[in-house]
Amino acid sequence: MSKKVYMYKRFERFWHWAQAALIFFLAFTGFEVHGSYRVLGFERAVVLHNYAGFTLITLIAFAIFWHFTTGEWRHYIPTTDKLREMMLYYFKGIFQGERKPVGKSQKVKLNPLQRLTYVGYKVAIVPLMVSTGVIYYYVAHGDIHLRSVKYIAIFHALGAFLLIAFTIIHVYMTTTGHSLTSHIKAMITGWDEVEDEDITE
Amino acid sequence: MSRKACFFASVLIFLTGAFTMLSAASVDHSKFAELNRNFSKPEELTSACLKCHNNAGTDIMKTNHWLWTRKTDKMPGKEGQMLEVGKKNIINNFCIAVASNEPRCTSCHIGYGWKDGNFDFTNQNKIDCIVCHDTTGTYEKFPTGAGYPADKDTVFPENQKLYKKPDYKFIAHNVGRPNRQTCGSCHFYGGGGNAVKHGALDKSLLDPAKEIDIHMSKDGGGMTCVDCHVADRHDIKGQLFSVSVENKDRLSCERCHTRNPHTQTLFVENQPDRTYDIFKNRLYMREKPEENFTSRVLDKHTERIACQSCHIKFYSTKHKTKVWWDWSKAGQKTPVGKPKVVKDQDGDPIYDGKKGEFRLAKNAVPEYYWFNGTVDHILVGDKIDPDKRPVQINRIAGECGGSDSKIWPFKVIRGKQMFDPENKTLVVPKLFGPKGSGAYWSDWDWTKSAEIGMKAAGVPYSGKFDWIETEMHWPLTHLVVSKENALSCNDCHSRNGRLAGLPACWIPGRDRSLVFDIFGILLIAGSFAGVTVHGALRYQAAKKRKED
Ligand code: HEM
Repeated sequence: MSKKVYMYKRFERFWHWAQAALIFFLAFTGFEVHGSYRVLGFERAVVLHNYAGFTLITLIAFAIFWHFTTGEWRHYIPTTDKLREMMLYYFKGIFQGERKPVGKSQKVKLNPLQRLTYVGYKVAIVPLMVSTGVIYYYVAHGDIHLRSVKYIAIFHALGAFLLIAFTIIHVYMTTTGHSLTSHIKAMITGWDEVEDEDITE
Repeated sequence: MSRKACFFASVLIFLTGAFTMLSAASVDHSKFAELNRNFSKPEELTSACLKCHNNAGTDIMKTNHWLWTRKTDKMPGKEGQMLEVGKKNIINNFCIAVASNEPRCTSCHIGYGWKDGNFDFTNQNKIDCIVCHDTTGTYEKFPTGAGYPADKDTVFPENQKLYKKPDYKFIAHNVGRPNRQTCGSCHFYGGGGNAVKHGALDKSLLDPAKEIDIHMSKDGGGMTCVDCHVADRHDIKGQLFSVSVENKDRLSCERCHTRNPHTQTLFVENQPDRTYDIFKNRLYMREKPEENFTSRVLDKHTERIACQSCHIKFYSTKHKTKVWWDWSKAGQKTPVGKPKVVKDQDGDPIYDGKKGEFRLAKNAVPEYYWFNGTVDHILVGDKIDPDKRPVQINRIAGECGGSDSKIWPFKVIRGKQMFDPENKTLVVPKLFGPKGSGAYWSDWDWTKSAEIGMKAAGVPYSGKFDWIETEMHWPLTHLVVSKENALSCNDCHSRNGRLAGLPACWIPGRDRSLVFDIFGILLIAGSFAGVTVHGALRYQAAKKRKED
């Protein structure tokens, strides 16, 4: 038996989708700045990228505040408990129609593998993008004087590649729920389906 | 008072001052007894000028317009050594060098009679005052007259043009500040013809459209040469780095436009004197530009990029300039023994039996280099390294991040010229002279021409010669256009843009780390492949489970 629970609160959903949209937009404008293609024109790409970048930073600031005031940050505390099982599941169990070794509940939203991934995202990729992005901005347009913005640009672009790869896998992973779209629906409506046993667990 | 009112008040005060000065300087030369006589020789007129302008002679004699050199001890590689460097003793890859060719080259000297190495640079009567101060447009030096005008009406055979004996009295009554015509009579025609040499100085500047030159256009600033090239006791500001060495006496856009030209008005607040000497009789105003992200970004660009780099989109916008000159091809004649001439579809020469082969460029895209205002030159007699080709006739100093270094636009003229493979020097050939003088243009014998030219230049010559490729850099600074016609971001911020190949620190949109890019692309491709394979396997497994 499964049951519907209110999994994602309003701010969480807003934060998630706004962040997703901003990252797509930042990747699109960013790689135009990078020189990979010409669509908007360099000038417009730079201007829009900067606006989006600082919007994302603002959003991240709110998200950090939210995570701490609500205690939601606890969901991200990494654990190795059942991590192996979780990994094995994606290589084996999933093909045999097994259930996930770690269920999902309001109390434990993230499985150990997700925790690890999202912590990596939050402590490595986001700070990398924000710090290199901000330094890049102040070198190019402000008062940070570097001989060259070279390494900042390289690491900012590296972060962008990592982020895109992350997003691809992330989007794919959403299809591993009850149905192909149940995770996405949950992140839109907030209501997720969870197994009864998981709740009592 | 509001800021605007303050501004206009100061402009008014400043204008009043300027006009007072001007009217004080204005006199009617036709009223002077000294000038109301007939002059048979130009020197007579000069001595009449000097009677009143009694310091002008000594002042002129210190200038590079007179000396064709400047003193410097900053020549790269020869720092500390006091040298005189200039047109007089540098080599180029147009008509190579002055020595032995004086009467032709010195038809653009502000003197009379520099016909060989013995010219007296201390004789004040040999100064040509009117080549700069004529306002009648009737005065012209004869092309092969060593600086003299025609002493009787003469047709110059090369272009079939009639050069009249000047009416000195008429000219003397109408002297004034130099104008586009007087400056242009030499500076537009460097290299022997309109637009040949500079690429950004040609007769289109006599009356340019706004799209050609915003400063000099009637619809733009309406300025003349001397509005920027101001003089202090006849020493005119500005120098050209095809003949100059040091980072000094330079004119700069910033003098009027400030260091933040995209967000500031033309006039520096509290510093109205900044523009004082330049706009003596004309004021050019513009609105305060809108301050926004882009204008601030552009101001930031001025730290590393010369204004000219964006505001000179093309050089030779109206008249073709020479970008290739191969002397080794010279020598072909027509069946009747005249130098062979080949012209392109517009009638501009691309081959001349006397001079060799040319390539011409119009609306050409500049080349860009870092430049800090210091230039190294090959002087007559300097050793070259024939293994390093093309030989750099002048070397532009500067690098990304270097002090005073900015990205500048250049016209680069390439070509082939003679060198002495034994002494490892560039050869100064005698080109111009009558039959029997050894001049190549009359006697057609390079060995003779080299011998005589090198002797006149005082440089040993082995008797052998060969051809070598050379390059010479000409910074561009004229033909400035307004923002509507300037470069846009994409022109440089793209993989194969205008700055492709420039060793620069990092230009976003142009530069990338190939290693990181390949890694990144593999990472993305790998993720895609991974999830696709995983998904396909899941799909198959699910199908199989259903069947079972
Ligand atoms: C966290 C906020 C971000 C900030 C403040 C930021 C800021 C910047 C800045 C200032 C630049 C240089 C453009 C300029 O000259 O103005 C830049 C370039 C770039 N950005 Fe961002 N960015 C951010 C996030 C992102 C994200 C999320 C991505 C992609 C997923 C991204 C991808 C890129 C790329 C690829 C470049 C080109 C780097 C180069 O090759 O020069 N940025 N960013």
